[in-house]
Amino acid sequence: MKRWIAFWNILKKDIQNYYLKPPNISWGIIFPFAWTLMQLIRAPQSLEISHLLPGLMAMSILFGSTSMLAVTITFERRGRSFDRLLLAPISLTTMVLAKTCGAVLFGVLNAFFPVSLAAFLIDLTGTNWLLLSFGVLMIAVTATLLSLVIAVSVKEVFEAQTFSNFFRFPMLFLCGLFFPVSKLPVFLRPLAYSLPLTYGVDLLNRALTGRGMMSIGLNSAVLLGVAGLLLTLAERCIRRKWIL
Amino acid sequence: MSVTVVEVNNLRKKYGEVTAVNGISFRIEEGEIFGFLGPNGAGKTTTINMLTGLARPTSGQIMIAGFDAVKAVKRAQRMMGVVADVSNLYEEMNGFDNLCFCAALYGMRKKEREQRARQLLDEFQLTGAGDRPFRAYSKGMRRKLTIAAALIHQPKILFLDEPTTGIDVASARQIRKMITDLKKQGTTVFLTTHYLEEAERICDRIAFLVKGKIVRTGTVADLMTNSGNEHRLELVLDRNISQQSEAEFKQRFPGLYLQNRGENTCRLVAPHRIALSPVLRYLEEQGLAVYEAREVRPSLEDVFVQITGIEATNSNPEKEGGQQ
Repeated sequence: MKRWIAFWNILKKDIQNYYLKPPNISWGIIFPFAWTLMQLIRAPQSLEISHLLPGLMAMSILFGSTSMLAVTITFERRGRSFDRLLLAPISLTTMVLAKTCGAVLFGVLNAFFPVSLAAFLIDLTGTNWLLLSFGVLMIAVTATLLSLVIAVSVKEVFEAQTFSNFFRFPMLFLCGLFFPVSKLPVFLRPLAYSLPLTYGVDLLNRALTGRGMMSIGLNSAVLLGVAGLLLTLAERCIRRKWIL
Repeated sequence: MSVTVVEVNNLRKKYGEVTAVNGISFRIEEGEIFGFLGPNGAGKTTTINMLTGLARPTSGQIMIAGFDAVKAVKRAQRMMGVVADVSNLYEEMNGFDNLCFCAALYGMRKKEREQRARQLLDEFQLTGAGDRPFRAYSKGMRRKLTIAAALIHQPKILFLDEPTTGIDVASARQIRKMITDLKKQGTTVFLTTHYLEEAERICDRIAFLVKGKIVRTGTVADLMTNSGNEHRLELVLDRNISQQSEAEFKQRFPGLYLQNRGENTCRLVAPHRIALSPVLRYLEEQGLAVYEAREVRPSLEDVFVQITGIEATNSNPEKEGGQQ
């Protein structure tokens, strides 16, 4: 029970304190919002919109989750309030999960912005909402944990945002958002298949259009595996870099 | 019978080739205020970090309130409150919410944490500022709230790293009083400070750390008594003693060392107690009137300088809080 009280309060604090911080607004809200709007305006055909939607959702989640964590970790590290969490009698896993949950939630909320816009333009009645929600959640979890590994390694918010872009943009271009993975040059395909976002986007595609490159089981297994791996890696990074 | 709250054995910390803490051992009893003094870079913060779980010892043992703070760090952390050398609460949150959040980290329920937060705001005279954001607090208020946050779960031991550094005189006094009040309530305090007067005034025992090693531990009285076994007598005369009289004095009293300190004052130093009458007679013979004679006891600063071999650091102008 005590663990849950701590968990919930860390999550609540992050939501209240950091959701509307400027770096989060610019990278986490405005950028994906503008991108989504631009793509929807230039794609008047409903077929195009339904094909674009998984990618737009994935991008909104990716930028939302990674921006949020870059803010929550680096702000607290700079002011040393993060030491309070390390000094609290809660396990490192509980603390990491509480911190990442705020970012995951932010990413999930971001994902439904393009969906609600698209709802005015196309018919979404055939959507598998359960699968869509699972896909959204898994993309948010893997993106958040990936950005946690980055946030652990830097000191300033701008550094976290800059380093995040090193994986955010390549992921966007290679995950099937602009070009289907099957149409990528052969030498880039292994790279595309090594990115968790590729599997997340494939889940969203299947949920929205009924079509996907890989099975739901494979996509889910890869995403869960990557999430577990990243959680372990992030905890190891925290132990090594923060508990000297 | 006294209860040991902190027990440290042969604690060592190495960063690569650099040894920050080199095999220190000490014990702190319940209700004691234990001062941990040393020059910058001596290893004080590294030691606090190891005791509180923010750093992993290279070797050695730490027991906090009966828990192994190396193997069961989270259990030990439940017993302690920690005040870092900076006021590290959340800038966006108000004072009351900051305290409630810190209480939640220890698993306290809502009603209990709100009650305790109000009580601490009242005790630290911050009730009126409870709804103001932490970023709007003055340095003194920030420090007080940070200490209050460390006490929210009523810890058995409180670690205070430079609690009065950089704050106003009134707040520094208030914090010192709070520390002594905590002792009366049975809380054990581990204190690091640059202010030697502060340590002298409130600590029961002091350990001096130099280059990662504890070079001396003892009560304030013990440290002063054993600081070189020198006896000093300061005399205020009607005028400065002449060089000729000074030379004659040395011949007449070979066991006494005379320091002419200017402004009609001289100091006698000897390895034994100084008999006053022969000295006074000699000075009268020289036509010097003695207005005042007093024994000079060594201060903790003298002991610090003697032990560490460096000048005391409490002349830092940024640290006015400790200069009373």
